[in-house]
Amino acid sequence: MSILVNKNSKVIVQGITGREGSFHTEQMIEYGTKVVGGVTPGKGGQEHLGVKVFNNVAEAVKETKANASTIFVPARFCKAAIFEAIEAGIKTIVTITEGIPTQDMIAVCQKLKETGATMIGPNCPGITSVDEAKLGIMPGNIFKKGQIGLISRSGTLTYEVVAALTKAHLGQSTCIGIGGDPILGSTFTDLLPLFEADRETKVVIMIGEIGGSDEELAADYIATNMTKPVIAFISGRTAPRGKRMGHAGAIISGGTGTAESKIKALIQAKVPIAETTAEIPNLVVAKLALQK
Amino acid sequence: MKLYEYQAKELLVKNNISTPPGGVAESADQAAEIAATTGLPVAIKAQVHVGGRGKAGGIKIAKTEAEVKILAAQILAMKIKGLSVKKVLIEKALEIEKEYYLGIVVDRANRGNTLMFSTVGGVDIEEVARTRPDKIFKFEILNPKQIQNHNFQIPVGNREVHSQVSAIIEKLYDLYLKTDATLVEINPLVKTKDRQFIAADAKIIIDDSALFRHPDLALLAEAAEEDEIEAEAHRRRIAYVRLPGNIGIIGNGAGLVMTTMDEVKRAGGQPASFLDIGGGAKAELVKSCLEILTMDKNIKGIFFNVFGGITRCDEVAQGIIRATQDLNLKIPLVIRLTGTREEEGQKILAQTNLVTAATMQEGAEKIVEYISK
Repeated sequence: MSILVNKNSKVIVQGITGREGSFHTEQMIEYGTKVVGGVTPGKGGQEHLGVKVFNNVAEAVKETKANASTIFVPARFCKAAIFEAIEAGIKTIVTITEGIPTQDMIAVCQKLKETGATMIGPNCPGITSVDEAKLGIMPGNIFKKGQIGLISRSGTLTYEVVAALTKAHLGQSTCIGIGGDPILGSTFTDLLPLFEADRETKVVIMIGEIGGSDEELAADYIATNMTKPVIAFISGRTAPRGKRMGHAGAIISGGTGTAESKIKALIQAKVPIAETTAEIPNLVVAKLALQK
Repeated sequence: MKLYEYQAKELLVKNNISTPPGGVAESADQAAEIAATTGLPVAIKAQVHVGGRGKAGGIKIAKTEAEVKILAAQILAMKIKGLSVKKVLIEKALEIEKEYYLGIVVDRANRGNTLMFSTVGGVDIEEVARTRPDKIFKFEILNPKQIQNHNFQIPVGNREVHSQVSAIIEKLYDLYLKTDATLVEINPLVKTKDRQFIAADAKIIIDDSALFRHPDLALLAEAAEEDEIEAEAHRRRIAYVRLPGNIGIIGNGAGLVMTTMDEVKRAGGQPASFLDIGGGAKAELVKSCLEILTMDKNIKGIFFNVFGGITRCDEVAQGIIRATQDLNLKIPLVIRLTGTREEEGQKILAQTNLVTAATMQEGAEKIVEYISK
């Protein structure tokens, strides 16, 4: 078991013939992901990396029965690409692209709400359901199959934590990088219920960062709805106010979005906070021991 | 991208929202010339990107021409929260009857746009938001038509005020969408004694990701840059923030770099930068990033932390070596390289006398130790 994607997911890649699209599709296939086709307007009918390329998502879905898409389309065309996927009936969309205008994402989120489709991203590393499917750009060799679910706002920090878990012989079920933008297709609160319902997952790790109030909202959700233990790490404790730390979402403005506010809310929800990434495996071991 | 007040007001005027008569000055004489055209008294307002400039002495009222010159010169010589004032806005002082607050902002939690309005506008609006949240009317905009057709009810009894403010909201929302703003704010929106509605202060933030759609607004970015090194980094398209410490922090990925800053602080050090080389950086870019750090003479040591996913450790190692040779880098450099092509990267570094660390925590401790020697 895993969440969102598994070995049976039929995946297409939008922007498959581009530089990033090509490189990562190859890695996804190598990982064992069932990539059934790709989309690049004007290149329909060609074959690329052993799969068929279509002019649009509707044609790709019709012929391949694809139910998931990974998007590498440049930012300025991304809104149209996401709409195309939703309208073609794709239910799970992973958008890797960075730098999509905020108003474009607001329109996308409204469309997702109307149709019930799920999107991870944008500006994210994607999803890996360990040993089943990898949609996105995470390095496949760091994972080990197991019982830990992970949701993170940061890409490289995900790798850092996954590698530390694997080294400590703590395997993962599904790892999701939700992205660093202010407007996201899926937030912690959207994904926690999926891990709660997943039989394989025993512990969930949440990697948050400064900016916004997603961690605080997740704390509320955890306190009232989660039976599985959640462990959290918050990055950016020492970042100054009013400065944007690379991620468009990582900015402390006014009195909101501080690390203190997030940590306080999570502690109130009885979520253990790792002081450093190196502490995370120990906290996981402690939680797993309690379940036995 | 934050606009200066004077830039924001130019956009308001273009969208038929009234602002006080006035202009921007870079010298006391210029200030006096503007005051001569608007008439006295005038408000002299420092143009800086910080909150609370009024309380810091950055806004003054001048009643005579002599006062205009003296006060403008004073404000132009000021530093407010570390930022030097380069321009002042000279505006005819308003005869205020009442102050309102008006804002439209991207609402992350609702993944939409929200209109905010209050009948108690002015400098203490944040305090009002904290202590009297019921005083702030919020309206989630689900559809542009709601605003265009005035399908919202701001809490104002007076019909004339209601219709005038609603009309301003419609124009402001049009500007918000047209410019791909993430925030437009008029605070205060002043009702004058002769019942005019005038934007006495304005704040606009434009979405950086949407600047490709607004080449005219992108030109304002350079003018808004405060720090020379930050400006140079942004010209090179490098995500860099200058910080007040003495340890340069550089790595790949915003979350990892922020966490590296946290670790250095835990180890007792003071970060001097946030620098994200991004994903898939090549050697040349790595060198260029290190060059940015060498421009900050406060930096006494650098911690380079990389977890390679798309980024290849051998490319990073090559870039570091080129930088140390070409830039004559003399300050201590601690490097932690792991992930994709780690072995190749380590081999390259092993031929040098650069200091490596196996983990982020170890690296943080090492750099703090080196610079305290």
